[in-house]
Amino acid sequence: MRFVARKLGFYLAAAWVALTINFFLPRLMPGNPVEVVIARMQQSGPTPPGEAAALSKLLGLGSGNVFQRYWQYLDSLSHLRLGLSVSHFPEPVSSEIASSILWTLLLVGVATIISFVLGIALGAVAGWKRGFRLDALVPATTLLTAMPYFWVGLILVYVFATNVVHVLPASNGYDTAAGLTVGFNGPFIASAVQHATLPALSIIVTAVGGWLLGMRNMMVSTLSEDYVVAAEAKGLRPSRIMIGYAARNAVLPSISGFAISLGFVVSGAIAMEYVFNYPGIGYMLVTAVSNDDYPLMQGIFLVITLAVLGANLIVDLFQGYIDPRTRIAR
Amino acid sequence: MTATNLATATADAAAAPELGGQRPGGRLREAFRSRRLVAGTAIVGFFVLLAIAGPFFFPNANKIGGPQYAGPSARYWLGTTQTGQDVFAQLVVSARASMEIVVGVALLATVVSVVIGITGAYVGGFVDEAFSLFSNFFLVIPTLPLIIVILAYVKSSGIASLIVIIALTSWAASARVLRSQTLSVRNREYVLAARASGERAWRIIVVEIVPNELPIIVSQFIFGGIFAILTQTALQFIGLGNPTLLTWGNMLNIAYSDEALNAGAWWWIITPGLCIALLGMGLALINFSLDEILNPRLRVYSDRRSRARRSRAGRAPAGRAA
Repeated sequence: MRFVARKLGFYLAAAWVALTINFFLPRLMPGNPVEVVIARMQQSGPTPPGEAAALSKLLGLGSGNVFQRYWQYLDSLSHLRLGLSVSHFPEPVSSEIASSILWTLLLVGVATIISFVLGIALGAVAGWKRGFRLDALVPATTLLTAMPYFWVGLILVYVFATNVVHVLPASNGYDTAAGLTVGFNGPFIASAVQHATLPALSIIVTAVGGWLLGMRNMMVSTLSEDYVVAAEAKGLRPSRIMIGYAARNAVLPSISGFAISLGFVVSGAIAMEYVFNYPGIGYMLVTAVSNDDYPLMQGIFLVITLAVLGANLIVDLFQGYIDPRTRIAR
Repeated sequence: MTATNLATATADAAAAPELGGQRPGGRLREAFRSRRLVAGTAIVGFFVLLAIAGPFFFPNANKIGGPQYAGPSARYWLGTTQTGQDVFAQLVVSARASMEIVVGVALLATVVSVVIGITGAYVGGFVDEAFSLFSNFFLVIPTLPLIIVILAYVKSSGIASLIVIIALTSWAASARVLRSQTLSVRNREYVLAARASGERAWRIIVVEIVPNELPIIVSQFIFGGIFAILTQTALQFIGLGNPTLLTWGNMLNIAYSDEALNAGAWWWIITPGLCIALLGMGLALINFSLDEILNPRLRVYSDRRSRARRSRAGRAPAGRAA
């Protein structure tokens, strides 16, 4: 129980720090963000009365001293008032974010799981046969891991979508021209899967190497443990030793790494979404930045951060449940 | 994302080993027998030379007016851009700014992580609690969105501000590795002896602890470099760099927005990314062999004695012993 309270306290404190950073960010800007935003809003239509006041509260630039402004900012957030988007005026920021976050979660989530499973399996084999043929894979996977994932995306687009063969779509989350209804229906899902293939592949290609190397290292360390030698002495089949004795123990640190990366799925693969014009939260963040859409930008930052913190909290609690040793260690 | 994966993969390995015991000179000589270390050092050294000398060979790499989207030829080794700029010249000149950011971020992040990680763990008590809370916070916060939002507000994308912003969001993992190592070192005899003889805390940290953790600090420095090259490329690619500065990330950004993909100008897309990947690979190879030095259990033995030991344990594949 103390463990849970401690974790909860840390994440609450972290969320509070994130909110506070978010409050102070607009102050970094030379000039007045509210004027910039209102001026841009007026280009797309009449702004509702009171929008300037609401916006300055939200950006932490309301009236009064710092504490009063901070209070007004927290008050707006507690009512989930994230303001209106500038680039999609007058859509509220909250509905913009809601429409994009599921795309990112599904795409990056599935890609993360696939790369983990693949990397662990390959890493277990590479560690088992150390110094043997498969170990030559290590420099190759290092190269794969060092490649920028969005650049892999560009190459995949070049090869599979635009220039060499035309088998997969190069952009968007689904076929927008085919008149599909977004929802749980066959044609839409088929189109979405097809559009997600290249983005997911660009994540998998670059992420597999990290898991592979980590698993391979742990595997090599585990193989020199006494219980592995004992298992060999008992004459167990090598496959049984590899999976049941070595890999099973070697995978533990990777599982905590996997848990952490699951927590970061929400923050997505921003540059990759930019390459594919994928309708996720990362692409929305990039367009918000290039359009000076400060309310949307801050809303996205806040949602991503709180979601990542929440996911990490769940992962931490879950991990304390699987591996009791982590409950004592901080 | 990939940087964090790589970091988690080897951070555990780097934290594990016992330090000391061997003479540093002997360790270094042994290290250079590793082909990985030689290859990694050669690659990184090549890019360092390129960054220093490259720009002198191509004083006007931004010159426009050549043929548009010309493929690789004797005149233009790596073809031209949409405005007829020489891709090879741009690639060479870009090495400087890209490497400046890499070195700057790695240095700054290492200094911060040494201060936070080692000082906190050595001093202990409230300072340690506060410092590790601070670094844990930076570990759980999604850094790329934070960097993007800060850059959007600061509206300055000079090299210096980019270095500071990337470094200040990337030191936390190293600080945690150094903290756990310091916790195990701080009660060793030589530290206790120094403390008993009345040395001041900062002197013990600088003279006794830091030199002993140097291999780990170097490895964290290299991680900083890997993180910096990947992060700066991503930021520049989505248009948050200074577009007038020649870097590999900016080249990719311009190539992408000038529709190099549709024009089939693969040479303009592939080459900057390849430089980034090679540099990252060189750094990772160095780190990988550092890990093997620090953690002997990871080594792939090739001398006869250990091979015999391995086959006695029954694990050496049959074909290998022959």
